[in-house]
Amino acid sequence: MSSHILKRLLDRLRDDGQPVRTDGGTAAAGSETAGDAPDLGSALSSLRESDAVRSAPFWLPPFLLMGFFVYGAISWNIVISFTDFGGLTLPTYDPSTFDLEMYRRAFSDGQFWIATRNTFVLLISFTGLSLAGGLGLAILVDRGIRFENWFRTIYLLPFSLSFVVTAVFWRWMYNFDSGLINASLRSIGLDFVASKWLTGSIDTGALGAIPLVPDTFYFKLFAVIFALLWQFSGYAMVVYLAGLRAIPNDQYEAARVDGASILRMYRRVILPQLRASTVSAAVVLMVFALKAFDFLYVLFGSNPGPTADILSTMMYRQAFSANQWAYGSAIAVILFLVALTVVAPYLYGEYRRGEL
Amino acid sequence: MSVRDDLAERVGVDLEAVDPLRVALYATLVGLVAFYLSPLESGLMTALKTEAEFATSPPFVPPTVEGFTLEPFGVALDTLSSAILNSIMLAVPATVLSALFGSFAAYGLTNFEWRGQLGVVALFIAGIFIPYQAVLIPLSRLWAIVDTQSLLAPVLDITVFSAQVPVLGTVELATHPHYASIINLIITHTAYGIPITTLLFRGYYKKLSTEMLEAARLDGAGAFTVYRRIVLPLSMPMFAVTLIYQFTQVWNDLLFALIIIPSGSGPAAVATIALNELTGGIIQTFNTQMAGAFVAALPTLLVYVLFGDKFAKGVAGNT
Repeated sequence: MSSHILKRLLDRLRDDGQPVRTDGGTAAAGSETAGDAPDLGSALSSLRESDAVRSAPFWLPPFLLMGFFVYGAISWNIVISFTDFGGLTLPTYDPSTFDLEMYRRAFSDGQFWIATRNTFVLLISFTGLSLAGGLGLAILVDRGIRFENWFRTIYLLPFSLSFVVTAVFWRWMYNFDSGLINASLRSIGLDFVASKWLTGSIDTGALGAIPLVPDTFYFKLFAVIFALLWQFSGYAMVVYLAGLRAIPNDQYEAARVDGASILRMYRRVILPQLRASTVSAAVVLMVFALKAFDFLYVLFGSNPGPTADILSTMMYRQAFSANQWAYGSAIAVILFLVALTVVAPYLYGEYRRGEL
Repeated sequence: MSVRDDLAERVGVDLEAVDPLRVALYATLVGLVAFYLSPLESGLMTALKTEAEFATSPPFVPPTVEGFTLEPFGVALDTLSSAILNSIMLAVPATVLSALFGSFAAYGLTNFEWRGQLGVVALFIAGIFIPYQAVLIPLSRLWAIVDTQSLLAPVLDITVFSAQVPVLGTVELATHPHYASIINLIITHTAYGIPITTLLFRGYYKKLSTEMLEAARLDGAGAFTVYRRIVLPLSMPMFAVTLIYQFTQVWNDLLFALIIIPSGSGPAAVATIALNELTGGIIQTFNTQMAGAFVAALPTLLVYVLFGDKFAKGVAGNT
């Protein structure tokens, strides 16, 4: 604490006599020199000593590289989405021909809405299930168990594998004839449950009358979600475990003294304090869900079909298989906006709480 | 009081008593271990079986003596070895570069104080959450326009890029123009890795003693000296975390490789692409597929088994 005050004090001393800057960048510094500085020399030297300038050699080069690839590319992508770029021709960037045609096309494309629906189903069920699974794992691992490191390491192991590798494993798991899932079901006499998990479906029968329940339920997307759950619940566990460990011991103690049961203690005392862990894990999991492309691509190629097509596979297919570049760009922009609606409130919240 | 007693106290459980709840807890934990390892276990068992064997025996059962074979691993190694070499040539430089850049950026954005700093930080961090689909088409355009091979020709002939490898002697790492695309991929992964490495280092640099840095500054040390003499040596544990985390990320990527390496295949293919092609072929022998998956995953599995705690730290910092 005292070091912080000392630093503030030093900064105050150093900044003494300088006009208030509205911006740390060189632009603001430029206006300083051009402004009413009585002594250009001292203004220049204080500029040279300002933290903004002294720190620039460190953050500016990575910022330019990252900024070009991230923000430059996103802007470029937005521009392409306004063009008619397609086929084997080169894009023409003539602002007078820019229009929203590709977005109109997306909104009137049945495939787009199917992919959007699947994207949200994947996003919400995968994130929700992974959080629940991760929380369960974290609570179990946090119960003062022996060999905790071993258990933790094993649960997190799938997270270190690539989507390609896990997709290859799960294709075998889901194999109808001799995959582990059906083999296990058959070995305990549940032959009738064994299914073609990646291509099959089941009639919902009477349940189909309920609104939102389809007449035929396809396993494909949920087979994908289950496999992704296997891969990512360990991640949620690690985040929750960090959250659980940050809760002071005396709160467990107090709950125990009050005679609260374990269940009650978790519900009343522990869970409310895991809000921050939940939010940050949820954001990262949603981003992973939007990136689930690799997994679907390995299992189904660039066209997983209407029951598992998501926006990222549709974007790839339109652009790189059908050469509909501008259309692909428009879908990419929409996908980006979906990500933004998840991430922007999160980052703003972090900023408000001073945790950025 | 040991850590375990402390934990036991904290969760209100007496470890010494045989408690049915306790038994259920361990049973659940072990059941979960089975769940998390079963795809790997059945994959490994399948990879060690002959074709006749894996079609008839349950996937999780170890092979019989006559059904045992290492041939799938032989095939997988033959098919994937050059791709694995490519992945190493990609992942090592991309990982080191983005860790270095991340460390620079985090230092410049944490251990100095200036207005507008948080805005720049926000731009860095937002970069972590970008869905890569939003940059794919520009990336493919960019690397179609930039001719890396010609640009590098005066300094480096990347079509014949050889290295001295112990035991093996001189190995020609690159004898094909497609190798330029690996350099493109290195640059791309470095750039997209910067946001997460910056975040990881920033979390660490926030905790550095400001007194120490301030004292060094008052002694007249410049920003570079402070970085080189104080910050960099202190960053080594964080470098380990970042390198391990980022290595697995780059190694595991498929999407950028699909876009940037021409036609997705050929001598410049990286491990993920080669594995996808091996397993996506018409002749799908599952034992070879599983062996391929293990071979392609081996480096990340090794890193994880050896440095699991550091990997977990990188994961926890990624929030």
